[in-house]
Amino acid sequence: MKTLDNLRTTMRRDQVWEFMVPKTGLELDISHGTILYLEDISVTFDGFRAIDHLNLYIDAGELRCIIGPNGAGKTTMMDIITGKTRPDTGTAWFGQTIDLLRLSEPEIASVGIGRKFQKPTVFEHQTVMENLELAMAADKRVWPTLVARLTPEQHARIDAVLETIGLQEHRARRAGALSHGQKQWLEIGMLLMQDPHLLLVDEPVAGMTHQEMDRTAELLKSLAGRHTVVVVEHDMDFVRSIANKVTVLHQGSVLAEGSMDEVQNDPRVIEVYLGGGDGH
Amino acid sequence: MRLGTLHLDRGGQIFLALLTLTTILVPILNLAVPADSPMHVSTFTVTLLGKYLTYALLAIAVDLVWGYLGILSLGHGAFFALGGYAMGMYLMRQIGDRGVYGNPELPDFMVFLNWQELPWFWHGFDMFWFAALMVMLVPGVLAFVFGWLTFRSRVTGVYLSIITQALTYALMLAFFRNEMGFGGNNGLTDFKDLLGFDLQSDVTRIGLFIASALAVAGGYLACRTIVTSKLGRVTVAIRDAESRTRFIGYRVERFKLWVFTFSAVLAGIAGALYVPQVGIINPGEFSPINSIEIVVWVAIGGRATLYGAVLGALLVNYGKTYLTGVMPDAWLFALGGLFVLVTLFLPYGIAGLLRRKETTA
Repeated sequence: MKTLDNLRTTMRRDQVWEFMVPKTGLELDISHGTILYLEDISVTFDGFRAIDHLNLYIDAGELRCIIGPNGAGKTTMMDIITGKTRPDTGTAWFGQTIDLLRLSEPEIASVGIGRKFQKPTVFEHQTVMENLELAMAADKRVWPTLVARLTPEQHARIDAVLETIGLQEHRARRAGALSHGQKQWLEIGMLLMQDPHLLLVDEPVAGMTHQEMDRTAELLKSLAGRHTVVVVEHDMDFVRSIANKVTVLHQGSVLAEGSMDEVQNDPRVIEVYLGGGDGH
Repeated sequence: MRLGTLHLDRGGQIFLALLTLTTILVPILNLAVPADSPMHVSTFTVTLLGKYLTYALLAIAVDLVWGYLGILSLGHGAFFALGGYAMGMYLMRQIGDRGVYGNPELPDFMVFLNWQELPWFWHGFDMFWFAALMVMLVPGVLAFVFGWLTFRSRVTGVYLSIITQALTYALMLAFFRNEMGFGGNNGLTDFKDLLGFDLQSDVTRIGLFIASALAVAGGYLACRTIVTSKLGRVTVAIRDAESRTRFIGYRVERFKLWVFTFSAVLAGIAGALYVPQVGIINPGEFSPINSIEIVVWVAIGGRATLYGAVLGALLVNYGKTYLTGVMPDAWLFALGGLFVLVTLFLPYGIAGLLRRKETTA
């Protein structure tokens, strides 16, 4: 009967074959104010349910913090958004029109989702400026890359990002020679070069000094509005200093959502995560 | 931001200056200086230098994919040999009826095997332009297909090296077979002339030497253009952090594919220039040890500098010629020892040593 069903599906007269359906437009549409829709997503790794019917909505232009104990599925969620992991079930839409589950990793990057990894990965053997140049939104096919020359506008763009991340003086330095915090900023700068609509930032302040943390908080806050920023972080003080809305993940699904105070006073959150209830 | 191809490339400037000087001096010293003068360069030496230069081009090709793209190819000897075979087939067809059996159509080994007609893949090789095209096309297409399959499935690191090694080994076994139609064990040899020039004459030898020098210079400049372009910065990014580069939006496998293919074409050209100078091509050129040796040249000369690869190829091969003459048994030990020493004490090769001197001075 399966063959018959397949045949029927193939011969349906009310729709064209799937491969003929045009890929949904890659123009981001956020007319409803929401930039990211994750609905009913589940992922299982070898029987372990990393994400369990996750529903998450991110508004355009907001700065959202995502917290949760280890193994709550924070990184897996990032992997799904960026196309590194495919969910078993569920849907993931970027704006109204872009189905993330049908795009490859580079395609997702090119529609405007940038990700900063936990460990800073910059191109160590190249200068700060070259790092930014590589990350710049441009025609990234092989031949155009071979003949690419920096235009004055692109120069200006690099300068602007260098200023945003505060590394103007270090533009000619090798990225490998930067301090840990500077590398993190450079990586955020590389994300900005792509003009992303959505920035996913994974533990930006791990291993930073307090001064560096403050500067990172300033930087992320200055980005919200023009970009939508999603931050995954463990450091509660840092989260309190930047977030107006916090989502708590637990065992692969959303446990609570709201302002930092609301979340901290939620008895379920206190039970699974915050322990003492005073945030420490 | 855009820098000239040779701007800031001190090593490359020196290398090209020396190459130009040699290319001008050697023909003069060979043809114009009488044979009994101490300044005379013998034709044997000219051919030897020409052979070294083809090795240098091969080393540049390997450095491009290893030093700048992070692909440790242990199979570049295969592309070199394929280019060599394409040239060898042309040279075989040029022999015509001057072979031992005097068959105007079939090369000697085919007559010996009692073949009645030319296999289909030998057609066209009597024309130089066709052979020249095949010299680039055959290694290029093989590298393209091979790269398309491996890079797309994201085979990297040691696994990729092993597959490249297997590729060249498989080709060696195939070319050893008589039925393949490439002369089997004996390969192709007994060449007479190239484009109508007698291969034994001094002038032809000089011509081949100059052609090799031009090919090395051209290959160097082409690779240098690539590595100083944005494409070069992307390949270095792939070498250092592949998945990061993918996340930025570059299709890593396509970059690898094209650079690898280009490198294979360079290796093919090197092979094509090598064959008329040494006068033979046989399946031994496919042997895995050859490909490993190329990697050793590049490691000793210094990776990711291009001129270091040239330096390594010239020095190691000079050492090989010298040592195999004086102490044939010692050569492999010397090569292995050299490799270990360089890996331990000179991770950036001889070029790295020179550069360190430059910066401290």
